[in-house]
This record gives sequence, C-alpha cells and structure tokens, in this order.
Amino acid sequence: MTLLSVRGVSKRFGGLQAVSDLSFGVERGSIKALIGPNGAGKTTLFNLVSGVLDPDSGEIVFRGEAVQDLSSHEIAARGLVRTFQHIRLFPKMTVLENIMVGRHIHGRAGFIAGMLNLPFTWKEERRIREKSFEIMELLGIADHARAEATSLSYGQQRVVEIGRALACEPQLLMLDEPAAGLNMRETNEMGERISKIRKMGITVLLVEHDMSLVMKISDEIVVLSYGQKIAEDRPLSIQKNPEVIRVYLGDDQ
Amino acid sequence: MRARYLPVAAFAGLIVAIQLATHFTGSAYHLTQLTMTAYYSLLIVGLCMLIGYAGQISLGHAGFFAIGGYLSAFLTTRNLSSFKGSGFISLLSKAGLLVGRADPYGGSLLNVHPWCACVVAIVVTVVIAYLVGGPVLKLRGHYLAMATLGFGVIIYRIVLGTEFLGAADGISDVPGFPLLAGLEIAGKSSLRVPNYYAAWGLVILGMVFLINLIHSRVGRALISIHGAEDAAGAVGIPAARYKLNTFVLSAVFASLAGILLTHYNGGIGPSEASVMKSVRYVAIVAVGGMANLWGALSMSLVLNYLSLRGYFGTFDDTVFGVILILIMLFAPDGLLRRHLFSDLRRFFSGSAAGEEGP
Repeated sequence: MTLLSVRGVSKRFGGLQAVSDLSFGVERGSIKALIGPNGAGKTTLFNLVSGVLDPDSGEIVFRGEAVQDLSSHEIAARGLVRTFQHIRLFPKMTVLENIMVGRHIHGRAGFIAGMLNLPFTWKEERRIREKSFEIMELLGIADHARAEATSLSYGQQRVVEIGRALACEPQLLMLDEPAAGLNMRETNEMGERISKIRKMGITVLLVEHDMSLVMKISDEIVVLSYGQKIAEDRPLSIQKNPEVIRVYLGDDQ
Repeated sequence: MRARYLPVAAFAGLIVAIQLATHFTGSAYHLTQLTMTAYYSLLIVGLCMLIGYAGQISLGHAGFFAIGGYLSAFLTTRNLSSFKGSGFISLLSKAGLLVGRADPYGGSLLNVHPWCACVVAIVVTVVIAYLVGGPVLKLRGHYLAMATLGFGVIIYRIVLGTEFLGAADGISDVPGFPLLAGLEIAGKSSLRVPNYYAAWGLVILGMVFLINLIHSRVGRALISIHGAEDAAGAVGIPAARYKLNTFVLSAVFASLAGILLTHYNGGIGPSEASVMKSVRYVAIVAVGGMANLWGALSMSLVLNYLSLRGYFGTFDDTVFGVILILIMLFAPDGLLRRHLFSDLRRFFSGSAAGEEGP
C-alpha cells in the first residue's frame, strides 16, 4: 500500500528548474532512498514534501490526503516528520527536553492549562517524560538525558535529532543525509538504527550520499539528476543501470 | 513544594521585608512609588515572556498599557446620567454594570462600574492585539521592532489628539477600583499598605502563572521556536500561533497594568502611551537578562522605583536610553543571567592574564 505518493511535482527557483515533473511512491513499511549528484534536487524535494516549500505544480498525497498546500507543522501533525541535513537541535535545552518537544503533537495542554498548572497537565507531562526516556533508551542516548543537547558529539547530536523525530511517532520518517559527517563505525550504527526503526513499523524515506549504507538498507532507490528521475529500482539493479553509472561517473568517451 | 516556587516565596518575603522596613523607619510614603512600580512590573514580566521566551520584540507595549488605562478611565468617568431615559442605559443600570456617585460639586454622576470597565478594556485589548499581532508577527528583527514602534506611535497620537480622552491633559478624577470588603485600589494614604500588598500580590500571581507556563508544554514549544523555528515546525509546532498567543498574553498583562495603575493614580495622561515608555520597558527586560523573569522583575523593581522617586531627575528617559545602548553593546544577554559569575571570573582572570603577557 502506498503511504506517500509524489505526482508530477515541479519547483523552479528563478532560472533553475530544481525539480521537474517528478513522480514516485513510498510503500508502507519500506525503506526508500533518494540518491543523485549534488544539486540533483534531493533536498528541494524533501522541503517540498515536508511543507517547507510549496510546489509550483503537481500533487503530494500522504495517507490519501493531498498535503502540498499544508504548512510544515500541519504535515508533521499528520505523521510525516523529517530531520535536517544540518543538525537543528534546540540550543539551551537538554537532550531530554529536545526529545520532549518532539512529543508536542501528542499533548494538549494549552496556554491557560499551562499557566494554571491544571492537574491533567501533570499526568500528561509524566507520560511525555516516560515516552521520551523510552525513545532515548531505544537509541542508546539515555545516559546523556540531562546534558545540553548541543554539547554532545556530532554523531550523538544526529541521534538526538532522530530521537526527536521518533517522539512524534511518525508514520513516515524522512532522514536528510543521516550519515553525513559520521565516521565508518557511526555510519554502520546508523544503518542498524534505521533498520530498527523500520522494524517498529515506521516507513523511512532518506537522502544519503554514502552508497554502501544506501545499498545495504534500502528496499528501493530513486535516482535524481538535474531535478528529474532517471531510475527507480531495487539496489542491485540500480548498481547495474547504465544511465545511473553515466550520471555518477560521467560519459565514457 | 516544587523548586520552581522557591524564588516566589523568597520574593514574597522581600516584599514583606520592604514594607516592614518602611514601617519602622517611618518612611511609609515610599510605598506609593513601590505600588506604582508593582503595576509597571506586571507589564515588564509579560513583556519578558514575549521578548525572552517567544523571541519577539515589541516597542509598542506602552500602547497596550494606554489602551487599558484610557478605556477604563474613560468608561468610569463618563457621566451617563443625561442618558438615563434611554433603554440601553437603564438596562445596563439594572444589570448592575453602572454605578452612581457624587461629583466634587455636589452633582450626581452615573458611570460604568470599574469591574465592568476592566472587562471591556481587557476584551478590547485582546481584539486589538490579535488584529495587530496577526500581520505584524510575520515580520522579524528590525522590521518587527519598527512595526510595533509604529503601533505605539499611533496609539500615542490618538490619545494625544482625541478631545474626549482629554487630549494633552489626559483623564483625571478616575474613581478607585473596588476590591473586597471596603478595600479599593486607590491612592488614598489610609489605604497605602493594603494597596501595596494588593499590587505586589497581583505581580506574584502573574509570576506564578508565567513560571508555570514556561515549565509547561507551551513553554517548551516557545523556547524551541526561539531556538530553531524550522525544527519546531518540523515536529508539528505551529510557531505563528504560539507567537501570536504570547503577544496577546503580554498585551493583556500590559493592559491590566494600565487599568489598575490608572485607578491607583486617579488618572492617566498621554505620556503613559509615549514611545519612550516602550523603550524603557524593553530596556528593563534587556538589563534583566531577556529570558529571565526574575531578572526582569528585580530590575523593574529597582529602576522603576528610582525613576518614580525622581532620582534620575530630568534625565529620566536618557537613563533608560543609555541603559539600552550599554546593554546591547556590552552585555546583550543582560546583566542578570545564568552564567554571570563565571563570565565575570573569566573577564577578570582574562584581563589579568593579558597584563602578565609580554
């Protein structure tokens, strides 16, 4: 069953056609990867799907609902949550607090309830805290709960960001270059973590440059070049696809 | 008791200690300025929430203060006795929303009851804050500052140029604001001590509300918006709505401060709406450490008191302008902030190390 389908989406920035007439789908429970050379439009596509940008034309359907005109917080509330290529943790907040912010859409205490510290918010806060600890234990960062999030190592900050996204309990998790800046050991751990997330029943769409990671964990791969889809297939077939080889390695003159 | 309420208890103790000190030194007249300071402080802590936690500047909060103060002053001084025959007025009168009193010349007045005027003023403030905040909060940085400044200027020119608001004279003879059991918010010297406690009690209640808010789901969301707005949106936080609600909340604090101070002083003038007042409020929040409610409150207590006692003389506005410039230049995180002592230590050890060098 298709969880997300991108249908004929285009986006132009001035004279640059960043994404042009792009279509693909993401099956529920799968891991799908978007690859392509720099400037192929991967991050633009992420921004379009997550509501940071609006497409010029085309349709983005998530769980049967057209979401291309919704803003990013509305899309997140529907269960489509992303991480950022450049880590965007909340400064001056602990790891625990960062994860707790991720539980936002599952709470309902508003301004009045918060100011009056109404009893129902105590229970809600306790649940938010418990769930956040569960997530930190799952990802192996519970020891750092009280540390300021931005004081952690780069690799750990990436994990915190994924933890924050998982705290939303998304249906679809979009990871923008989760292995960027990680060493080989950390990259392997990240691969295992992503497989674990899929086993929890969360569908994953990722952009990644590390080919060994992509080939190992993905069910399907979409290859972009200059904003267009040039291939969509299983990892083994993608590796043999002459068009993909030409785009990545240049023409064999 | 939760640790977050310990400073509340300490502050309440300080308020009592100040009153006792003025009592035993025979200087109870200080309580008048301290009571006025309390009402300004109510505005300050609300503004601190907006600037420090939601990350939005406002140079127009004197405008909200004036909206509250002027509306309440107008409604409670406007004589409606000549409209007694009209159905609407008699209906209001029957509902107990009007109050009769004697004017100084022996005539009889029929005014809107202060509580009713207060409710009207707050409702109008909320409506205006939503109408202004909606479009204005889409702006950032300098542009937001300029737009709110424009709002403040508009309110100032309106109260200055409107005849039924007293133009340059403002509105006087505003009645006291009745509380329980004969107590009222008014500047009578016989009510000095209860007024002092009523005003600071209200500030403490406001602080408890804001401290609760900061430690709630909404507070976390606000701090996250301030830290990384795109990331907050990516986990489902509607940043625009939260900023707007905080703007309205701070406007209500400002308006309530304006209403009660007007009843305490028995009047209000256009200077309360002036832009220099707004600058002063921002300066106090800045010197208190931006995202630091206790810092803003303590700075408000000290600076407003000194200003109201006239220690700054004719340089009153200058002092606050200079404070703002100095803070922006040398301590953009404010004077009272979390790492103050470690920063000071580093500053002095750093300069000492510099002298030792070649």
